[in-house]
Amino acid sequence: MEKLKKILISYAVPIAFSILCVSAVLVAQIPPIFLASEIVRRLSRNTFLVLSLIIPIIGGLGLNFGIVLGAMAGQAALFFVVDWKIKGLVGILVACLMAGAISVVLGWLAGLTLNRAKGREMITSMILGFFANGIYQLIFLFFVGSLIPFRTKQFLLPEGVGLRNTVDLYGTVASALNNPWMIRIGTVRLFVLPLLIVAGLCLFITLLFKTKLGQDIRAVGQDMHIAEVAGINVNKVRVIAIIMSTVFAAIGQVIYLQDIGTINTYNSHEQIGLFSIAALLVGGATTRKATIWNAILGVVLFHTLFVVAPSAGNRLFGQPQVGEFFREFLAYAVIAFALAMHGWRAKKILM
Amino acid sequence: MQYALEMRNISKSFYGNQVLKNVNIAVAAGEVLGLVGENGAGKTTLMNILFGMPVIHSTGGFEGEILINNEHVNIDSPRRAMEYGIGMVHQEFMLIPGFTVTENIKLNREITKDNLLSKVFGKSLRTLDFPAMRKEARQAISTIGMSIEELAVVAGLPVAHKQFIEIAREIDKKNLKILVLDEPTAVLSEAEAEKLLDTIRYFAKRGVAIIFISHRLSEVLKVSDRITILRDGVVVDSKPSSSFTVSEIAEKMVGRKLENVVLPPRAKEPSDEDIIMSIRNLKVYMPGEMVKDFSIDIRRGEILGIGGLAGHGKLGVANGIAGMFPAEGQVYFEGEPYRLNDPSYALRNGIVYLSEDRRGVGLLLDESVEMNIAATAIEAFGSFTRRFLFMTVYDRKKIREHALEMIKKLDIRCKSPTQTVRRLSGGNQQKVCLARAFTLNPKILFVSEPTRGIDVGAKKLVLDYLVSMNREHGITIVMTSSELAELRSICDRIAIVAEGKLSAVLPPKASDAEFGLAMAGEFQEVLQHG
Ligand SMILES: Nc1ncnc2c1ncn2[C@@H]1O[C@H](COP(=O)(O)OP(=O)(O)OP(=O)(O)O)[C@@H](O)[C@H]1O
Ligand SMILES: [Mg+2]
Repeated sequence: MEKLKKILISYAVPIAFSILCVSAVLVAQIPPIFLASEIVRRLSRNTFLVLSLIIPIIGGLGLNFGIVLGAMAGQAALFFVVDWKIKGLVGILVACLMAGAISVVLGWLAGLTLNRAKGREMITSMILGFFANGIYQLIFLFFVGSLIPFRTKQFLLPEGVGLRNTVDLYGTVASALNNPWMIRIGTVRLFVLPLLIVAGLCLFITLLFKTKLGQDIRAVGQDMHIAEVAGINVNKVRVIAIIMSTVFAAIGQVIYLQDIGTINTYNSHEQIGLFSIAALLVGGATTRKATIWNAILGVVLFHTLFVVAPSAGNRLFGQPQVGEFFREFLAYAVIAFALAMHGWRAKKILM
Repeated sequence: MQYALEMRNISKSFYGNQVLKNVNIAVAAGEVLGLVGENGAGKTTLMNILFGMPVIHSTGGFEGEILINNEHVNIDSPRRAMEYGIGMVHQEFMLIPGFTVTENIKLNREITKDNLLSKVFGKSLRTLDFPAMRKEARQAISTIGMSIEELAVVAGLPVAHKQFIEIAREIDKKNLKILVLDEPTAVLSEAEAEKLLDTIRYFAKRGVAIIFISHRLSEVLKVSDRITILRDGVVVDSKPSSSFTVSEIAEKMVGRKLENVVLPPRAKEPSDEDIIMSIRNLKVYMPGEMVKDFSIDIRRGEILGIGGLAGHGKLGVANGIAGMFPAEGQVYFEGEPYRLNDPSYALRNGIVYLSEDRRGVGLLLDESVEMNIAATAIEAFGSFTRRFLFMTVYDRKKIREHALEMIKKLDIRCKSPTQTVRRLSGGNQQKVCLARAFTLNPKILFVSEPTRGIDVGAKKLVLDYLVSMNREHGITIVMTSSELAELRSICDRIAIVAEGKLSAVLPPKASDAEFGLAMAGEFQEVLQHG
């Protein structure tokens, strides 16, 4: 009995979401096949980004709101790939390499900053995200087309300086990962390449935590002081964890955007930070514990709700917008809940 | 003379408070140096300097020089210290609770093997070789004569095991040349401590220079070749141990003569007529300290001692009653059935428990001394609060008064009641723990190892205080301790636990032989046959 209670408590969030999802599906009366195909697609599209959050959590840095830095790097790289008209898989590869290089630098800077703010990593990474967003806007609103050459005039604002609100990838790298290898089961389409890449990252994370570096990350995550006394270079380990997370986020954003097909120049990265973190939490992760399975389960649950919320809202209130608001509200609520739990646990007085 | 380690003219201040003044110590290879001094004398600080601990360098470093094999060295981090072959068992545990025994022993010295990634990206991506790590961990554990499951997670283990894991970790270091043991025996029973002393001798034979810190002076005398005495950050004496006796060391440490604890008479002696708590067939599932079948009647107003060998369950009894570990059995408190497995129920009913694992039940290290003393009383009973308009607010004045009294009674060495607990020495942190439990005004006070890590002078104060709570306020006290002498000095009766069962209840005046038999669980037979 006691055990069951403990399990229920520790899985409270995923259980609550499962119930919510099932009821929403019932209300919305969405055909199961459609739902299945949507979920599979979103698994291949979003999981990589969500996985990028795991390493910093295990390293004791909490939720890395700084993945938006990686996402920005991914987008920036894509803009140039589009401008240089590099097509297909080569385009993706170039984008990933560029984005990776940029995010190593960004991750390194973020890591250094977080090392100066031990114990307040989450809020610091959030602020870093806002700060970086400012610079991003400066670059892509004022420098592109003026300081930074950009040939594809159709993506620039009428004055020839600054990117438009949307940049589309059709004709260049849109679906470049999805198309080469697709399996059709009935009406459900499986995009094998992105799924393989996700599986690759899962494998990498699993293997990482069987290596010396992984062990150091775990040790630092459990107790920085003890790790330091044992001679582990705590600051370096933390910087590495953040760099990895940022680089994976950058690649994840490239994967995400090639599937979506258009870049929301000034919004995509912000949204993706919010939704990835919410998805991971929905999967049962906390600010201190996260596994690959939390990520996968989280993507499934969170996106089921995404898919069905508008129709459920429509059926219940006669308005699809209600559903849209609802899911945004839920994303923020889950994050707020996790942060509150974090604060509460840190404060808890024993005895 | 060739010394393995010399520390010369070491001075250190924390925020303008000088805690070490021109301290000199030296140890040769294969020699054991005993380092003794009161709580707050500066022993740990001196060792932290040697080990390059972050707390030293974040508070402005130190003055003086360190020589290893007659060469000047600059130790600015624990990593550097380890490179010089220095190993340290810290006063507080340096074990990662969520890691297994093996992972802790091998922390940052993992055995690894190559893989594809590591060939490309370098050493840090080499795979851990768990079977090999496990083997070496097991070897290290068996070298000190213990049997601890090497795949167990450290968090749930008894404190004594944790201590031996720390020592196993140092044993496992192949390049060990200087070993510092900061109160390794504080959490051990006498038999276990003996085992540890053997390990120390074994190290010394291998040519390791050892610095041994302990408040158990007889141990220090037994194992050390030389003893250095610190008082208020100054070396007051340093001589071969053969030229000291225990009481001489004690006097030099505290700078005055020590008296025995006095036991004032009571108006009414406790008796079997008036039982405050009756325990029947208690079972407690505490790893390493299982209680299998324990029954006893606790008399109102007595001081009951619980003793026994480590691992036989003496620590389990109080833990079970207080709800810290799963327990079953029939317990009656003041004649009413008592609910087990519910810590808050125990506290509400005036049953206060002071755990032997003081780290586990955390002090609030970044809070002030006074708040730590008052915290549980505020939380549980709303003491030290008053109504102000529509709110309940802290009664700062009362808290301060009470804290000052406790500081005086237990001789807590702090600058003021507002100092944060983190900045106290280990022994003084222990005293804050005691003060917090004493503040709760219990009906029954269960204390485990009350004088652990506390110096000889303060030990007497703590025992005195327990006696005065008992005599003046009639509080029933159940004291668990691995130090028989301590039990005998203040208890009315001493219950000995062997193999999880009550083996005998003895008067404090019983002979050593009787206690020995009881601890071995053979007392009953003796009674029957002789
Ligand atoms: N981080 C710190 N900040 C400020 N003062 C400190 C700090 N650590 C220790 N002190 C002070 O330094 C003095 C010496 O402390 P130290 O821990 O070395 O004592 P100790 O001899 O090890 O005592 P114990 O037997 O209680 O462990 C104490 O007065 C203590 O309050
Ligand atoms: Mg100390």
